[in-house]
Amino acid sequence: MSTLSAPGKEEGARMDADLYDVARAHHPFRPGRLLLWVVVLAVAANFAYIVANNPNFGWPVVAAYFFDPTVIHGLYVTLGLTVVAMAIGIALGLLLAIARMSSDRLASSVSSLFIWFFRGTPLLVQLIFWYNLSTLFPEISIGIPFGPTFASWNTNDLISPVTAAIVGLALNEAAYMAEIIRGGLLSVDKGQAETAEAFGMTRARALRRIIIPQAMRSIVPPTGNQLISMIKATSLVSVIAMADLLYSVQSIYNRTFEVMPMLLVAVLWYLFITSILNVGQSAIERHYNRGERDAAVRKDDAAEKAVQQEDAR
Amino acid sequence: MTTSSIDQAPLVRARNVHKAFHHVEVLKGIDLDVKAGEVVVILGPSGSGKSTFLRCINRLETIDKGSIFVDGEQIGYQLRNGKLQPLSNRAIATQRSKIGMVFQQFNLYPHMTVLQNVIEAPIGVHGRSRDEAITEARELLAKVGMSHKVNAYPRQLSGGQQQRVAIARALAIRPTLMLFDEPTSALDPELVGEVLTTMRSLADQGLTMIVVTHEIGFAREAADRVVFMDGGRVVEEGSPEAVLENPRHPRTRSFLSRFI
Repeated sequence: MSTLSAPGKEEGARMDADLYDVARAHHPFRPGRLLLWVVVLAVAANFAYIVANNPNFGWPVVAAYFFDPTVIHGLYVTLGLTVVAMAIGIALGLLLAIARMSSDRLASSVSSLFIWFFRGTPLLVQLIFWYNLSTLFPEISIGIPFGPTFASWNTNDLISPVTAAIVGLALNEAAYMAEIIRGGLLSVDKGQAETAEAFGMTRARALRRIIIPQAMRSIVPPTGNQLISMIKATSLVSVIAMADLLYSVQSIYNRTFEVMPMLLVAVLWYLFITSILNVGQSAIERHYNRGERDAAVRKDDAAEKAVQQEDAR
Repeated sequence: MTTSSIDQAPLVRARNVHKAFHHVEVLKGIDLDVKAGEVVVILGPSGSGKSTFLRCINRLETIDKGSIFVDGEQIGYQLRNGKLQPLSNRAIATQRSKIGMVFQQFNLYPHMTVLQNVIEAPIGVHGRSRDEAITEARELLAKVGMSHKVNAYPRQLSGGQQQRVAIARALAIRPTLMLFDEPTSALDPELVGEVLTTMRSLADQGLTMIVVTHEIGFAREAADRVVFMDGGRVVEEGSPEAVLENPRHPRTRSFLSRFI
């Protein structure tokens, strides 16, 4: 009681309660903070002014080529490659993750070997490797190992730049996705798999209905990361003569020598795509966070107490 | 049909069940019969193997020796041309689908609402229509007093409420046998009562139940038979009066003395 009466005994208990009511609390005005805002905004405005007015950036050129058919075609190639490679990568990654976690030694060994190889070598090397597969294996055939062959193809007919790009990007992606998905599956409480089992679910159904939906919460954020990396990684395919976004702006500036403006075209497109993906990722995360108690409310003791009090009534 | 002989055969028959984890013997030859409609409560100190034995009944744990039969079928194995073979995963899943289980940690599916939790197995495992499953789920949730929370997510419920939903979920598969693995051990003391009341009403309705618990009161009031386990063996079994009031074995006596 003695500590409470510090502001003056004559004010009385009611006044004390008002004085110490945290609802009235607010931060004091901090001039240093305001100054910092002004400085940062001034620097940013100045930088924007310089960029906008520096003729070397060639904004009119950027504007002229932004929707150029070559650029738009390159954009489609980049997006197409990203979607296809990512889709194959996720599907194959899921299989690899399940195989790696399986109690079957054959499945887990094969999966580990795959992941070891494709994570352990540079993507650029893998792309060049697939593109030049014919120098290693001029013919690809299907048959029994060490036995007769049933069908064979010329490797150069089979592996075009497109297939080399897709195979290279997808297999590399699958190795990374396998580890991301495996981490997600491991993050789910073991009791969940056990419960699904106890209720007579098959392993496939338990994965699909119980485990994977819960694992998604920790799979989605790194997958968004991978998707964004993939969009930029597709620019590597320019080395095997795939006309992606970067390759198409390069093909233009090799002709016009307007290197910086053309790179800006590509940069702006990459930023535009990744911005859209960020929005999509947030939406997906919100979906898989359902059931996580009110998403807006911080999961702390206060919230827990509130729920329990409500139950007690 | 030789119904008379079937009626007399126990619903659960465990014979000489042995189980070791990494060379530590947890079960050292358990024999137990449970008749249809019977409520058996298994008591015993921690580490006595009671939960492990319960988990062996629906093959969440494999056993090293002995046999367990539920409803006339051997769990996990089949005799083919005089040779005993392990069942396929699918066949084991089918056996499990008739046995309801309630866990200590509730284990509700956190990404599904209460109603979705209850209808998941009836639709997905038993192939019932969605409408039928929902109607039955609502009845069961009413029975456990959870009608007002059908659309809530498990994390929005108290422990006692979650466990009552878990009981409804297990009942929804129309089980021939219900296993309760320490259903009240993870609950705050004031929430234990609501779960035990629900379980008692199930016992009164003639459901066959095997309950591993520390609730002596529940054993006294609801059990047809009490089994006391210690050190991986059944030490003593009999009516609640016999085992709880007049224990013959010194280890039963010393265990029970802690609850008085």
